[in-house]
Amino acid sequence: MENKITISPVTRIEGHARVTIHLDEDGKVKNAYFHVDQFRGFEKFSEGRHFSEMPVITERICGICPISHHLASAKACDDILGVDIPKTAKLLRELIHMGQIIQSHSMHFFELAGPDLILGWDADPRIRNVVGLIQENPELALKAVKLRKYGQRIIELVAGRRIHPTFAVPGGVNNALSPSARDEIMSGIDEMISYIKEGIKIAEDYIEKNRDLCNKFASFSTGYMGLVKDDGSLELYDGKIRFMDKDGNILKEFKGKYYLKYIGERVEDWSYLKFPFYKPLGYPDGVYRVGPLARLNVADKISTPLANEEFKKFKAIGYGKPVEGSIYYHYARLIETLYALERTREILDDPDVMSQDVLVLGNVSNEEGIGVVEAPRGTLIHHYWVDEKGTIEKVNLIVSTGHNNWAMSKAVEEVAKAFVDGKNLKEGMLNRVEGAIRCYDPCLSCSTHAIGKMPIVVEIYDNSGNLLESVVRD
Amino acid sequence: MAKLKVASIWCEGCSGCHMSFLDMDERLVELINKGLELNATPITDLKVPDEDTDIGIIEGAIATDHHEEEVKMMREKCKFIVAIGDCAVFGGIPTMRNYFTREELLERGYITTESTVQGKIPTSEEIGKHLPKTKAVNEVIKVDFYIPGCPPSADAIYYVLKEILEGRTPVLSGDLLKYE
Ligand code: SF4
Repeated sequence: MENKITISPVTRIEGHARVTIHLDEDGKVKNAYFHVDQFRGFEKFSEGRHFSEMPVITERICGICPISHHLASAKACDDILGVDIPKTAKLLRELIHMGQIIQSHSMHFFELAGPDLILGWDADPRIRNVVGLIQENPELALKAVKLRKYGQRIIELVAGRRIHPTFAVPGGVNNALSPSARDEIMSGIDEMISYIKEGIKIAEDYIEKNRDLCNKFASFSTGYMGLVKDDGSLELYDGKIRFMDKDGNILKEFKGKYYLKYIGERVEDWSYLKFPFYKPLGYPDGVYRVGPLARLNVADKISTPLANEEFKKFKAIGYGKPVEGSIYYHYARLIETLYALERTREILDDPDVMSQDVLVLGNVSNEEGIGVVEAPRGTLIHHYWVDEKGTIEKVNLIVSTGHNNWAMSKAVEEVAKAFVDGKNLKEGMLNRVEGAIRCYDPCLSCSTHAIGKMPIVVEIYDNSGNLLESVVRD
Repeated sequence: MAKLKVASIWCEGCSGCHMSFLDMDERLVELINKGLELNATPITDLKVPDEDTDIGIIEGAIATDHHEEEVKMMREKCKFIVAIGDCAVFGGIPTMRNYFTREELLERGYITTESTVQGKIPTSEEIGKHLPKTKAVNEVIKVDFYIPGCPPSADAIYYVLKEILEGRTPVLSGDLLKYE
């Protein structure tokens, strides 16, 4: 007889997914799956549009990291024009990207995953959320809200609106920076840095107190992938892709435009989200992770001083090897937020940022264009093929959360095996399984977007389909 | 002031409308302090809204049989249904796929894309089935309020919730009423 537990929908993640946990007769976990159950179709329905529309169509893939899609798309469009955009346009695109990183990362830590760490895995599910956080620690919650707002405000001030702007266009951006916007952003940085330092302190205290859990919770070996600058330091906007094996050896560095040579995707029956892998190693040997943990694992250093100090502490956890525990994603995410704030200041300090030279014009001169950025959740790739008039013929997208698909499934299985006891099921056990997914901050709207059946919480069936037990989470 | 229980779901959308909800920033904290209670939403762990939920906010178009079930369930549990964002209001970007068949869409996604190796179309029962046509929410259930925009501004969302919280019927106009 096989029993199955379904968690649906997985909550406090971005998008819908469900988890099924399969048990043996003794109630022990045999295996578990992370199902992403929707397919959106952007790769098909963008066909026939003009390529210049893509930066505003594809940002509708995701309202949480629209800027990342907007920019990857604009880069692919620059490539179709065959132009190198002005320095000021690059700075302004990177600036809104930093806003995106700040808002997305801080929202995740404080409003989605944070309640597990700050209020406890077994806290009452009715309060284990941002509202509970507001009640428990209003001062901290307000700082979290302000930090996210600051990131969104950067985007609004520079690009005109917070979500789905029209700012990046093929060849550059459509607006120069105003002095008042520059001053407003600049005036908030120090306060925001002090907030994120408080967040980092919370994470460090948590790690200190729960070191064993952090080292073991969903900890497993994979490769890692992320962008780095030429000198090997962390890069989120441009740069080359570095691929590292599970032991920490750099296997390859390549320009984004060669991605098809190195990245393949497999399909599994039980998910609409594909499973990317590093082609030279095959599947599943070539599975890898992306996102904050992976980026800090592949980088040699961080180019801004405060974040680099934190980076050294992060590296010390792995004793020279990659840091593998999934909970460390949260820590890495906060360190990156600090980098994004410091980088915001550097960009605004650059005298070229105020120039009016923000756009070059050009004609369709390449039949393909590829754009790559590090979205908050990891490497994002847009690839378009066009005809001579610029009409889209084909589109291929590999989105950040997709790269982590194998790892999220593995994390679910590891944590289910470690914590779920089918004979003595408790809500907190299942919350830990969901917590394993939250480490990756998956953005399922991005990766496919999903469905999820609302009414069922957890039901255990026997193999003839009879309901044995139901645990309702409210 | 009265309590206001709010539940929300996302169907075929991009989460952008929910982000705009969070973009109320400190005003969200203000509404919570004034009596707005977040029931089952993607940012809480409650999976099913309470029976006496006042407002059910729906983001996204209706693209699958599961979406249909979900919004019907919301209709049953919530006194008022608010369709938020262009996707929910009239179908929005997701309806771009109505120009293609389901097979064409899936084949591109899972078989012919250049990075896919040994592709196949996923078939597990755990994953959902698409409707022949992606629809707006009011094609499936009755909707009481509409907040268009892609996404609607945080100001518009705040206005609607505050009006309801204070016992008035919200009427969007001027800058708050935008389709973009
Ligand atoms: S209306 Fe716009 S912001 Fe809202 S879900 Fe649809 S695409 Fe996203």
